Amino acid sequence: MASALINVPAKAKRGDIIEIKTLMSHIMETGYRHTATGEVVPRDIITSFTCRFNGTEIFRADLFPAISANPFITFFTTATQSGKFEFEWIGDKGFSETASASITVE
Amino acid sequence: MQLRPDTTRRQFLGLAGAAAMASAVPIVTVRPAEATPATLASAIRGVTGGAEVKTGKVKLDIPPLVENGNTVPMTVSVASPMAPEDHVASIHVFNEKNPQPNIGNFRLGPHAGRAQVSTRIRLADSQKIVAIAKLSDGSYWSASVDVVVTLAACTEDVI
Repeated sequence: MASALINVPAKAKRGDIIEIKTLMSHIMETGYRHTATGEVVPRDIITSFTCRFNGTEIFRADLFPAISANPFITFFTTATQSGKFEFEWIGDKGFSETASASITVE
Repeated sequence: MQLRPDTTRRQFLGLAGAAAMASAVPIVTVRPAEATPATLASAIRGVTGGAEVKTGKVKLDIPPLVENGNTVPMTVSVASPMAPEDHVASIHVFNEKNPQPNIGNFRLGPHAGRAQVSTRIRLADSQKIVAIAKLSDGSYWSASVDVVVTLAACTEDVI
């Protein structure tokens, strides 16, 4: 079902600025579309995305229906120490997914 | 006598060129001057709390002409040293004509390294996109881009 694609460099030098790319497969139904019979398709989107590094929040996004299906978000962070990035997506209808990626900092 | 027609032709072309330039300039500069719908203005007020929003520092990268409004790549970057004493606290993106004025709020911090966020968005119509960055000193900076959308998002029916 739902799955995440995460791209984090496996290794970095201390102080490097690294790019993190994330993609979560999700329909992101806007709630503004209608079926052929005229009924509104209920909204079903991811509303929040969080990235934590070793437990500390480093990036957070509030998402709205204007974000495309399969939300793709990239952002940057400074590599300070080895550790684990944890990603969390929360959305409508109780949607919740997590993923993680590790980095080695030399 | 041979020179005469050539000279006039050259003059004529010069005049025509000048006229074309003169008429082209107003077309380029005339745009709907801040024709911001009320929802966009109120959404921005919701973020800034009425504080002054200055133009600059923010760079909004989005194609000026998109064929499919369902996936429009967008990158917002802010000129900032991203140091603890001077960094971007958050980036907010708004639109003018989608059913909802918000696109996304992105919270960064001094450890973000570079104040840049990319994502893909939906656009329901040709419209203006506004990105606002909140800096750690409490000031707001913005950039806006007009986008022409050929195939709108949100309006297609579910089969």
